[in-house]
Amino acid sequence: MTGHFNASELLAVIAARQLRDDTTVFAGVGVPLLAAALAKRRHAPRLTMVIEGGIIGPQIAPGRLPVSTNEMRAGHRATMLPGITDAFLFAQRGFVDVGFMGGAQIDQYGNINTSVLGADYWRPKVRLPGTGGANDIASLCREVIIVTAHEKRRFVERVDFVTSPSWLRGDGSRKAAGLLFGGVSRVVTTLGILGFDPESKRMRIEATHPGVSTDALRQNTGFPLLEAPRIEITEPPSDEELEMLRALDPERRFLG
Amino acid sequence: MGDPRLNPAEYDFIAARRRTEAKTKSAAEKLTSLEDAVGRVKDGNQIGVGGCLFSRTPLALMREILRQRRRGLTLARNLTCNEGELFMAAGAASRVMTAWMSIGLPWGVSKILRHYVETGAVALEEWSHLALGLRFRAGAMGVPFLPALTMLGSDLVGVGGLKTVQDPYTGETLAAVPALFPDVALLHVHRADRFGNCQIDGYPHMDADIARAATTVLVSTEEIISDEETRRSPDRTVVPGFVVDALVRVPFGSFPHECYGLYEADYDHFAEYCAAIDARGPAAVGEYLERYVYGPPTWSDYLDLFGGERMALQAKRAKELTG
Repeated sequence: MTGHFNASELLAVIAARQLRDDTTVFAGVGVPLLAAALAKRRHAPRLTMVIEGGIIGPQIAPGRLPVSTNEMRAGHRATMLPGITDAFLFAQRGFVDVGFMGGAQIDQYGNINTSVLGADYWRPKVRLPGTGGANDIASLCREVIIVTAHEKRRFVERVDFVTSPSWLRGDGSRKAAGLLFGGVSRVVTTLGILGFDPESKRMRIEATHPGVSTDALRQNTGFPLLEAPRIEITEPPSDEELEMLRALDPERRFLG
Repeated sequence: MGDPRLNPAEYDFIAARRRTEAKTKSAAEKLTSLEDAVGRVKDGNQIGVGGCLFSRTPLALMREILRQRRRGLTLARNLTCNEGELFMAAGAASRVMTAWMSIGLPWGVSKILRHYVETGAVALEEWSHLALGLRFRAGAMGVPFLPALTMLGSDLVGVGGLKTVQDPYTGETLAAVPALFPDVALLHVHRADRFGNCQIDGYPHMDADIARAATTVLVSTEEIISDEETRRSPDRTVVPGFVVDALVRVPFGSFPHECYGLYEADYDHFAEYCAAIDARGPAAVGEYLERYVYGPPTWSDYLDLFGGERMALQAKRAKELTG
């Protein structure tokens, strides 16, 4: 371990490493946007960020992090402000490689619920804010990476409501529904990195963070996890990564 | 409360076109007062709201709707902020059509949204962000639906009653996103001439589509410019005068929400508002309505509650971000 870091910092650093240079990323606000900004500064200078508020190529100002996807802070020094509908249509056309988003409730097929808890949509037990652009990102990007805290209450066998579709019920159900492209490839959590079995599309362990056992991952997950043929151990955040990340959020708005 | 069946009037492109054909499309002056402009809004209307979340929200127009005590409204807005909470708490809106509602990440899930939706007092009809954008765009195009690759396979399909269509060329299944033709559009823009030719800086959001989709279009503007100025930069005009029914000059007409390049959203105000709700529950919104909506008779009296110093600070911050 090099130095100390908290769960949000770990999440942001590991998520940033998932992004490659010469690609495009549709990033949600909060940790996903921080991670994308870190990737761009550190190892992916030719990465282009797209934000759903209708923003292409922003250069987020350190200390002026946006809390929404369509305020002036989000579009700081952008190269284009095409409007919201058109920002999503770039993804529908196939121009966005990675969708990068958080999750509320996620199931074993990677489907996400950010709408309602409870059985009756119109009279929910808990009303959550809703999809925003998450459904569109999950439907339209070439691949989707989820970035989330790893808690048992979040990782449930079946979500109460599929807001953002991933592999639906496995077995080709995504394609059958008309979702011809994309799907969730990885779930980066505070305990490790999860992926999906290529056949069944059920969630599996692909990596654990240093000092985290696969048992710990299982204990914090509400459904049985499969295992990849080889389980990696992630490299802990380096001092350089942490320094760059902290410089982006000196107010600790998202890093806690 | 909720009804998963689509209301056919929402996508009736023939009726929408007839309404537009029947309208006077004059190049006359559109300038009027907030009271007069908003007098065109009727109980039960479906209202398309411009801007997005806390950006360029037509708050002066919306405040006047609340002051005129309209009832049974449907608000259609892609991302809904605390203006939606005010409409719920005032009993003005019985239905909200949106992709997301709360103020923003730091303030958590809206307790007001939770209160009114979980008790069944207000129906929240959720569409994906792009789907709502395409509903307005189909409306703007005068067609009953647009094919798309989004929202398929999710449980959102059943909420709004989205149907699919088989592509006649490839045979693939696509979402048939239905048009939305709101009764009224509310927009706040940076500048307009007195004939209603409107220009917007920064984020266009969905305003131009909402205006074309709606039957009646009400606009507030930060600034009135001359006819000559419009003609010097016609490429900046996003809504032509013949689309606009009423225009009102309202500087700081989105405050405490932001207006690109002119003033940043007042996060401190959101924090105070949320702290009051945390302390006193939905009753705090009732108090807020008394203090900010029903109390001050004019928009300028309303702005006095914030004070010139706060507004000047938010204006300075906007310059820093966009200058």
